[in-house]
Amino acid sequence: MADIELLPHQVPANAELPELVEELTTLNLGPTHPATHGIFQNILKMDGEKIVSGEQTIGYIHRAFEKIAERRPYYQITTLTDRMNYCSSPINNLGWHMTMEKFLEVQVPKRAQYIRVIMMELARISDHIICNSILGVDTGAFTGFLYVMQKREEIYEIYEEVCGARLTTNMGRLGGMERDLSHTAVQKIKDFIKTFPPVLRELEKLLNRNRIFMDRTIKVGAISTERALSYGFTGPNLRATGLDYDVRVMNPYSSYEDFEFDIPVGQHGDTYDRYMVRNEEMWQSLKIVEQAINNLPEGPYYADAPEYYLPPKDEVYNSMEALIYHFKIVMGEIDAPAGEIYHAVEGGNGELGFYMISDGGRAPYRLHFRRPSFIYYQAYPEMCKGSSLSDAILTMSSLNVIAGELDA
Amino acid sequence: MLSNQEVAEELLGKFGSQVFDFEEPYGLLTLSTTREEILTVLEFIKEHNHFQISFLTDLTGVQYPDKTGQEFMVVYHLHSFVHNFRIRIKVSIPEADIHIPTVTGLWESANWMERETYDFYGILFDGHPNLKRILNIEEMDYFPMRKEYPLEDATREDKIDALFGR
Repeated sequence: MADIELLPHQVPANAELPELVEELTTLNLGPTHPATHGIFQNILKMDGEKIVSGEQTIGYIHRAFEKIAERRPYYQITTLTDRMNYCSSPINNLGWHMTMEKFLEVQVPKRAQYIRVIMMELARISDHIICNSILGVDTGAFTGFLYVMQKREEIYEIYEEVCGARLTTNMGRLGGMERDLSHTAVQKIKDFIKTFPPVLRELEKLLNRNRIFMDRTIKVGAISTERALSYGFTGPNLRATGLDYDVRVMNPYSSYEDFEFDIPVGQHGDTYDRYMVRNEEMWQSLKIVEQAINNLPEGPYYADAPEYYLPPKDEVYNSMEALIYHFKIVMGEIDAPAGEIYHAVEGGNGELGFYMISDGGRAPYRLHFRRPSFIYYQAYPEMCKGSSLSDAILTMSSLNVIAGELDA
Repeated sequence: MLSNQEVAEELLGKFGSQVFDFEEPYGLLTLSTTREEILTVLEFIKEHNHFQISFLTDLTGVQYPDKTGQEFMVVYHLHSFVHNFRIRIKVSIPEADIHIPTVTGLWESANWMERETYDFYGILFDGHPNLKRILNIEEMDYFPMRKEYPLEDATREDKIDALFGR
């Protein structure tokens, strides 16, 4: 080895160094980024990979439903509601009908209530299927998503059988359902109860104890119960923090008190807990559907409320009274009494409330939708502060913010 | 379980004539108060040891253009998870002085709900940290939910209500 002469290392004096500028990067996440699952924008301030602060811009698909509703007869408002949370439209539709029924003091027969429960729980399953499987996609597990999508398709086929539509369902009528459960519908629901558990079990097998999935979701986007309550969380996101508030149990509507089911709760309010709560809720929903279809009462599927419920077509053609009522309902000539009401149902994302003021006319004087997504989405910057961008994407998809509900 | 009577009596005892117009539409205790007292009333029932009506379910605005001096109204819906008790509190404010104190200090969730109310009705929430439009574009120079903006074109003549016997 030849001797190597080591040169003295030259350290430049501080003054010679270019001044180090610490700068935060502004990152525009959205409005049409595929990872945001909807049209909303987040302007994030990033320090490298870490999020320092964020600001949301929403309202990209605002359609002024509350304003439109002030002009529409009551039965036409249903079609506005199913465009809010379009992943579980029947809950929105039936929630609105129940608000009006409570307002007009219409007694809905048991059979209609049970059919409604079945449809609402199927809607909850389809809502949670999307949320959980998309969460899998965001962590890199695409297979599960396509696999359970098939089951959502089956739920949509049941909707089709019950109301004729798939996504924007306009399901049910004021006073009951628009038609009875057909034999095919009953068969499809029973098939679904049989074929869904193995699929859900496989999704669980894929994700629940998956090392990568757990590492990506545990302690990510956590929120405490106190903060969640302050931010107005309801539904699975609140239950993931450990509080068992569920409208179905606290203020039972549509005969929910007849069914045996549990409310799953989480502990830490993180992404993993939200995933687990939704997962367990699907099992509970399935349990409710099973109980309802097995104990489906006989009897009429609509209330005796001729002023509000469209008469059967053959009666319209053959009886004067039915023709008059048909005309009055379709033309929106039925006035509601004056008053105000707040009614809430457990939507896919939490407490979906309808606050309606009537001045005695054919349309509401004021209708306000309490949209759970709109209220809890404001916590998002706090929840993803300090986390990396890829974790923030997971937090957002586990919150299940639905753009239609957010913007109404 | 809390009864409407119990809460109403407690509030009357504490605030006297500052709380008024008690009603029970569909069993939901409804009362009105003034904007000077609204913060104290909300804080009182939120921090009350027994009531624990501490969840802000909903906050929204309503407009009554014909009620002179009380053209606008802010409606709060609160919920106690402990007692499963709901309450509705209303505050009327005049159009000439369209201000009301913010409740963002009590609930974070009030932030966007107040912004939404401002966006649609122009109600100014004093002390709000970021009172700007939320669902509509920022350049908008009117408040679209107000009754003076009819939904349909007022110049149309084929949709007169009288023609339909209304």
